[in-house]
Amino acid sequence: MEIYLDNSATTKVCEAAAKKAYDVMLFNYGNPSSLHSLGFSAEKIITEARRAVASVIKSEANEIYFTSGGTESNNTAIFGAVKAKKRLGNKIVTTAIEHPSVLECMKELEKEGFEVVYLKPDSSGNISKAQVLSAIDGRTVLVSMMSVNNETGAIMPLDIVAPAIKKANSPALFHIDNVQGFGKINLNAKKLSCDLMSISGHKLHAPKGIGALYINTKAHILPHHFGGGQEKGIRPGTEPVPLIAAFSEAVKELPETMKEYKRLYEINMLLREKLREIPGVTINSPENNLPYILNFSTMQVRGETMLHYLESKNIYVSTGSACSKAKPSHVLSGMGLSNKHIETSLRASFSRNTTKEEVLLLAEEIRNGLSSLAHIK
Amino acid sequence: MKEVILVKLGEMVLKGQNKNAFETILIKNIRRRLQSLGEFKVEAAQSTIYITPMDDFCDIDEIEEKVGKIFGIVAYTRACIAEKELGKIQEAAAEYLENELLTAKTFKVESKRSDKKFAYSSPEISREVGGYLLSKFHHLKVDVHNPDVTVRVEVREKGAYIHPNPKEGAGGIPVGTGGKAAILISGGIDSPVAAYMLARRGVQLTAIHFASPPYTSERAHDKVVRLLDKVHDYAGRMKMYTVEFTKIQEQIRDNCPEELATVLMRRFMMKVAQRVAEMEECKALITGESLGQVASQTLHAIACTDAVVTMPVFRPLIGTDKAEIVKLARKIGTFDISIEPFEDCCTVFTPRHPRTKPTVHVLEAAERKLDVEGLINECLENLNYIWIE
Repeated sequence: MEIYLDNSATTKVCEAAAKKAYDVMLFNYGNPSSLHSLGFSAEKIITEARRAVASVIKSEANEIYFTSGGTESNNTAIFGAVKAKKRLGNKIVTTAIEHPSVLECMKELEKEGFEVVYLKPDSSGNISKAQVLSAIDGRTVLVSMMSVNNETGAIMPLDIVAPAIKKANSPALFHIDNVQGFGKINLNAKKLSCDLMSISGHKLHAPKGIGALYINTKAHILPHHFGGGQEKGIRPGTEPVPLIAAFSEAVKELPETMKEYKRLYEINMLLREKLREIPGVTINSPENNLPYILNFSTMQVRGETMLHYLESKNIYVSTGSACSKAKPSHVLSGMGLSNKHIETSLRASFSRNTTKEEVLLLAEEIRNGLSSLAHIK
Repeated sequence: MKEVILVKLGEMVLKGQNKNAFETILIKNIRRRLQSLGEFKVEAAQSTIYITPMDDFCDIDEIEEKVGKIFGIVAYTRACIAEKELGKIQEAAAEYLENELLTAKTFKVESKRSDKKFAYSSPEISREVGGYLLSKFHHLKVDVHNPDVTVRVEVREKGAYIHPNPKEGAGGIPVGTGGKAAILISGGIDSPVAAYMLARRGVQLTAIHFASPPYTSERAHDKVVRLLDKVHDYAGRMKMYTVEFTKIQEQIRDNCPEELATVLMRRFMMKVAQRVAEMEECKALITGESLGQVASQTLHAIACTDAVVTMPVFRPLIGTDKAEIVKLARKIGTFDISIEPFEDCCTVFTPRHPRTKPTVHVLEAAERKLDVEGLINECLENLNYIWIE
């Protein structure tokens, strides 16, 4: 039986979600825009799904727009916000450790003349409230920040962003890339006064190809796709009802956020403890990070070599983020870690299926791997 | 850090002898509204209700949001509880209000000490906590007249409560203290607002919706359910009756003068609604009419529709402008749903030139062509209802 510890890359689809998609494809195939009852019943599935997703971030159902996933949501949010606000300023505040689907948008916007401020993490991977406060000013039109870093699990100081925008009297919209945090931390869109939030389905046992963007009713962004007006014109195109239905099922199956958080916290602490017992191994994730993720360096064996060794033992982890395969991690280098740290780093990421036994096996195999690989490096 | 929500009661504290009854209902309403969010202790002391989460997993943000929609509450705030020790109070204030203090320029501390055994007096607490915060947040200045943030410290029996300025509550009086009434709900902007306004005065609601399939669709019905879901956030659980109205509308179309169709329909609706309301022991009807808004809402038309019922008919929007109604609809979250474009039974068979000044005499003459009692009884036999909860 495999031990899958790469859940921040993607997760196994849960059975309820897969079944639901199958059922909808075969029996509930109407176009949600059709006036007849087959259309209406497809529309009801979408409405229900909107409610399910909204309840996780405590928003209104009509603030949820379905997209193809995190990357599309980030692109729609960032370009849509900047397009709507560009007359009011040309500064954007983000962090140096965002996902490429945010950083690459920023590069494009720099070409268009925007000034982008990248907040740098400290050596533990955290970004401070003071940094956020001093970066946002009256010309800032967008603040885009992830809730949880995908490589280290560092949790960003989101709750200071809206007060900082207000204090600076800034017209900025506030975007959260919540791909890694959705359903894993309690995050209240209203309470954070966030305008836009990206969500992805396949990080929580829904299929790949479905995600959502939350747009606060009070926020206005401009679309960059045009068509039949679906999703209120923000994301036109016939809705992928089977995927949306599956997403909805996966969301309904989510365990109670804080209880699961506590369970994984224990697993995370256990793995930290076991890894620290192995000579040389260092932990790269900050203390108090999202317990679903643990990033560490063996300091002796290249990450990729160790990954393949673990794979031969049926244990699946990743080196940094799955999205930037062989490139050195911009997150760890942003933290100022040495090349040795970066080259030998690994990320274990967990899900509701992860058990204590599994992480104990991981620690044991890393110990074994080091003793057999360390002298052949 | 342990958090609670403190709730200040509204005008019900003025109710003298009835105060306790009001308070009991309010506490019951709070319990019911929060029930899905976890375990709570809800208790009252000195015109304040304390909501204390009993397990660690309660989402206090969500509780706060729900409390903001419960009638009978003038103000509420979340607070942290610190041990009754000056040092602990100072640290708790700095940590709990960190974001507010980081983004403020000026502040002041206001203290209350109801536990007189506590060693420091109120002014001393304010001075000590203020001094500590100044040493922690170097950019802050004290301004006792017009501060950006007021840090409130209340030393009570059970501990020290620290909180920022309270938020404004939903006002009104607790739902259930004012009897029951039935709201005639279409899919428009006005009726959900009218429902909200009467609920705010303590009235428990029953909703009555008229549908005319196949002229109106299942989507139109679903829209009303979603509207009532929003009203429910404020008004609590309610029954929603659906009256199938097609036959009556067709009979009016086929047998009566076209220009009277809308007022005749309204008279039928009121009669049916009164019968349903009586079944539900409601003491009044509520409509979303606003004087002069459309032909059926002129003074003359309203006099004619009122003439068929004996119950009082409340029209809380009668003197308001559309813009004011829209503002309220946005506030309670019904506006975006109301403007979805589905036919409702009021827009089916609309006459081209409706009579704006009908008389009871003329309408009664038109109704003689119809089997009024028979049609109404048929409606009542085919009633359906669901619970909005």
